[in-house]
Amino acid sequence: MAGFLARRLLNYAVLVVVAASLAYLVAATALDPRSNYADRTPKPPPAVVDAQLTVLNLNDKTPLLQRYAVWAGGVLRGDFGKTVAGAPVNDDIKRRMGVTFRLVILGLVCGSLLGVLVGALAAVRQYGWFDRLSTGLSFLVLAVPVVVLANMLILAGAWANQHVFGRQVLLVSGEYSAGVEGLGSQVVDRLQHLVLPTISLSVGLIAVFSRYQRNMMLDVLGADFVRTARAKGLSRRRALTRHALRTAMIPVVTYFAFTFGALLTGATFTEKIFGWHGLGEQLINSIFSNDVNTVAAISLLAAVSVLCAALAADLLHAALDPRVRA
Amino acid sequence: MTLSEEELAEELADGTLTRPPSRARMVAGRFFRSTQGLIGFAVLALMFLLAFVGPLFSPWTYTDKDFTAFMQPPSARHWFGTLQTGSDVFAVTLRGMQKSLVVGLLAALVSTALAAVVGAFAGYFLGWTDRVLSWVTDLLLVLPAFLILAILSPLFGSGQWPLFVVMLALFLWMVTSKIVRGMAISVKEREFVQAARYMGVPPVRIIFRHVIPNLSSLLIVDATLNVSSAILTETSLSYFGFGIQPPDVSFGTLIADGSLTAVYAPWTFWFVAGLLVVTVLAVNLVGDALRDAFDPSSGKA
Repeated sequence: MAGFLARRLLNYAVLVVVAASLAYLVAATALDPRSNYADRTPKPPPAVVDAQLTVLNLNDKTPLLQRYAVWAGGVLRGDFGKTVAGAPVNDDIKRRMGVTFRLVILGLVCGSLLGVLVGALAAVRQYGWFDRLSTGLSFLVLAVPVVVLANMLILAGAWANQHVFGRQVLLVSGEYSAGVEGLGSQVVDRLQHLVLPTISLSVGLIAVFSRYQRNMMLDVLGADFVRTARAKGLSRRRALTRHALRTAMIPVVTYFAFTFGALLTGATFTEKIFGWHGLGEQLINSIFSNDVNTVAAISLLAAVSVLCAALAADLLHAALDPRVRA
Repeated sequence: MTLSEEELAEELADGTLTRPPSRARMVAGRFFRSTQGLIGFAVLALMFLLAFVGPLFSPWTYTDKDFTAFMQPPSARHWFGTLQTGSDVFAVTLRGMQKSLVVGLLAALVSTALAAVVGAFAGYFLGWTDRVLSWVTDLLLVLPAFLILAILSPLFGSGQWPLFVVMLALFLWMVTSKIVRGMAISVKEREFVQAARYMGVPPVRIIFRHVIPNLSSLLIVDATLNVSSAILTETSLSYFGFGIQPPDVSFGTLIADGSLTAVYAPWTFWFVAGLLVVTVLAVNLVGDALRDAFDPSSGKA
């Protein structure tokens, strides 16, 4: 088991290095920081622009590999370089990381737990009303992209505030309101901001996981070991949760690693549309402002977190399946 | 007498011999007997008809601006209402739908072809070919596709949408290629592939003549489902301005514009969003029904 994990870890480390380097090279080739200076008035002299870009390690007249070497050297020391405005990337990223982390973790927990639960319940009563309803709904949800879903939620939230609650209950912009006093009302305020983004992020996950869990569960329900568990006197509920659900979750856990990248993308859309100042929003903004270093730093973090998810999936897999541990 | 001549002779001797129904006909029969498949196919056909024939019936084109009607609700003059600029929503929506459908279809075809080739080569040759190809697949899975496509977006300016299609396809093929690889490994051991090998057929030809055609049912289903994911990815990218560039329009750019005005002018958002959801839903229904039609035992397990 330890050897298996060590090999995986090494493989992942190499993948992160290659992925991050690729992201930097692509960003440095495709984005053009020089154009940021083009429409300033008065137009700065070319020599000044060159000097400024060189200080930021963004000058396209320096060979690409040389810029890459400077960037990589900085990253190894834990320094992601400077933004186009000259501020250190690290400070900005550190501030925004918490925001994205909260959103992603909450969406992930809600999405995967509810998805597995819905899928398992649907499989236990196959072709019952719950199974049909959840199948129909997940088909519908899978056809709605996050960008549309988030906007629909905002519209629905505004409508509900106006017609159902009669006051601002579901807040659709930002992470918290400024000027709220007292711990209790601050918590409530944050929760009010959190509801819609979390729904927008987790609904898609619930749909995917429930479909997958349902199919796996159906395969397992007819298996001999579930019948044996019943025959040795376990109640139906215990046989289902202890034996069937656990076995059926193994492939779903493997699938989890694949969905994590999609989840990060979904978080990017959700942040941007709901106005949360997280990494995803910054990624989109920094592409428009040709901020190569920020883009590269966020790509690196994305690659690291995808591989952490893959590693977590490996560990979960080992926890659920004794054969892997042996 | 060769085998085929013998068959011919048999057929001539027995005039009443009926040919067994071809596989394609059987699958098509099963597909159209399922309500799911029928509804999905009908809706999808309708959408295509609407996108490509619909504009002929509208007095407006997507570049026309009606300077007497800004932000007007649907009326007899403008069936879906107008935008802030005076554009006819019906005309721009259909134009966006054309673009999204074409981009989605092409990207799905390219990505499935790529998945088939990469997966089949990895599974057939194994060894170093497999290791390198699998590693590239893993690498592309690690990089979130949206991120790379967004970074590359300055490269595909207006009019460069074929390049956009290729890039989109480059990030859709990985999971399928993993499945194809697994299946190619098992097909490789089948008798007809062994026979071809011993007859000295070159490996590349075996892959294209024997391995990939035997995975066709998987590939057809996959290509169908890829159409929907390509349309969804295209929409998201264009929404943020990373995909189809103005003056051209697609579902994504229209939804982005519409969402800003949706509160007081619902027609700018809901028609586009609705058509997008219905289209993707129909594609998914077709894909699911096709899967059941190719393999009736799988879906109803």
